[in-house]
Amino acid sequence: MGSYLIKRFFLMLLTLFGISVLIFVMLRIVPGNIADIVFNAAGMIDVTEKAKLEKELGLDQPIAVQYVQWIGGLMHGDFGYSYVSEKPALQEILPRIPITAKLAGLALTFAVLFGVPLGVISAVKQNSKLDYLLRVISLSGLSMPAFWLGLLILMAFVKYFGTIPIYSSAPLGFWQALGLYSIPAAAVGFRSSALMMRLTRSSMLEVLRQDYIRTARAKGASDNNVNFHHALRNAALPVITVIGIEAAFLMGGLIVTETVFNIPGVARFLVEAIRWRDYPIVQNLVMFIAVVAVSINFLIDLLYAALDPRIKYS
Amino acid sequence: MASIDITPGPAEIARGESLWSKLLYYAGAYPLGVVGAGIMFVFVCAAIFAGFISPYDPIRTNAAVSLAMPSEAHIFGADQMGRDILSRIIYGARISLAVGLGSTALGSLFGVILGLASGYVGGWVDLVIQRIVDVLQAVPLLVLALVMAAALGPALDNTIVAISIPLIPYTARVIRSNTLSLREQPFVEAARAVGMSEFRIAMRHVLPNTLAPLIVIATAQLGAAILTEASLSFLGLGVPEPHPSWGRMLSDSAAEYVRTAPWLVIFPGAAISLAVFGTNLFGDALRDILDPRLRN
Repeated sequence: MGSYLIKRFFLMLLTLFGISVLIFVMLRIVPGNIADIVFNAAGMIDVTEKAKLEKELGLDQPIAVQYVQWIGGLMHGDFGYSYVSEKPALQEILPRIPITAKLAGLALTFAVLFGVPLGVISAVKQNSKLDYLLRVISLSGLSMPAFWLGLLILMAFVKYFGTIPIYSSAPLGFWQALGLYSIPAAAVGFRSSALMMRLTRSSMLEVLRQDYIRTARAKGASDNNVNFHHALRNAALPVITVIGIEAAFLMGGLIVTETVFNIPGVARFLVEAIRWRDYPIVQNLVMFIAVVAVSINFLIDLLYAALDPRIKYS
Repeated sequence: MASIDITPGPAEIARGESLWSKLLYYAGAYPLGVVGAGIMFVFVCAAIFAGFISPYDPIRTNAAVSLAMPSEAHIFGADQMGRDILSRIIYGARISLAVGLGSTALGSLFGVILGLASGYVGGWVDLVIQRIVDVLQAVPLLVLALVMAAALGPALDNTIVAISIPLIPYTARVIRSNTLSLREQPFVEAARAVGMSEFRIAMRHVLPNTLAPLIVIATAQLGAAILTEASLSFLGLGVPEPHPSWGRMLSDSAAEYVRTAPWLVIFPGAAISLAVFGTNLFGDALRDILDPRLRN
């Protein structure tokens, strides 16, 4: 177990290094940097001015030098400056994280709360009308773009309340904030709950065929006891994996949903930074997202071993 | 996923039956798959015959009908520039299909090459490829596609490439694990015994046997690719004007028209959802038929 963990940890670092190179190189093959954008937008063509700006931003250095400067800075906690706002990148990114984290947490809660029980019901009532209905609903959840669902929700708000929810930074009470964030969280979480439902269903179907389930029924355990105690506990493992993967991949839904609802979180900020070619923000944000995703995977692996004594790492 | 315990697997179907009777059999066993295939057929037809069936030119603007409500002349209404929504949705099927099929095919191609090399050659080749796959898989799909799309610039072919890259690791993983088990099969041993070259064995004996899982994962990715194109275009980093992309139609209208012109929001989104829903239904049935091990 110990040596496996160490190996796994180094692979994780290697992956993160690969991502940093990939992102860095990709951002630099972009035709046109921020100096071009600023100059084109202002209609300026003074070459010396532009060269001065490029020098100031370090864009005149070779790519390898720029990369080493970036990583070296990261090691010292220096995340560079946003090209657009000229504030430290960390100052721009940090305050936006809790907003997105809250949304993601709520969306995941929503997904587990609906997805898992409905998946169990779907499996227990396999091939019934209810099962078909739930499967069609979950498949439509996987088919609907999150931003469209968000727009439909906004539309319902306009129709029934005559206004749309505003996400300003004004301090709110706990319950008010919960209510406000639940709306976009539902838009993001619908897809995840659909995925959770499908996976719980297939995992449950697998387990329900096992001998020990028949034994449990034979000894007279109640249906609910068998389904939720004996079966779900054994079906939970793949579901937990998906919760982990979804936690990282919620980002896609968050990006479009924060854009639709105009929420000032990191996900929308990433899109803005990409549009502005604000390299320090983009590369640090993508690295942050990758670190979160890779760490979650690592934790899920550990959890797996803790939950299933049959799994031994060597 | 449909009717599991009663349906016999492909192996149990009598040999020598015609393709037609097999198709009919599967159609009966997987009604939802038939619905999915039907939906896909409608969208493919819309894409191919867009020039014949769309009532208006999808690009020509007409100030007189700007933001016109759905009516007999414009069944789905018109957008802010007076372009017919229905016509734009019909032409939009071309974009979605082109990006969906294009990026799935490209992603599958690279995925198969990497997966086959990784699984069949093994050793350090496997080690290196697996690290590349790790890297590509660690970044969420839309984030990677976004950065790729921004790096390559807004154009139809660039969007296809940008979406294909994040799809590679999933295909590579599936093909690799499949190849690993195929490599140990007696028929591979036999081919080696008669003196076939390793490259020829990989191409002639291993590759064709990975076709079933490849089709299964490619169909699943088709829906994901269409959704990703819609998201990219919605964010303004996908297919550029004047192409009528479904996602872009929503970004033009988005929050502003939620209040004033809901038909600008409802119909393009419904088109995306329905198209992806169709591929998902069809993909589910296909997976059950082609890969009985995944059946549940």
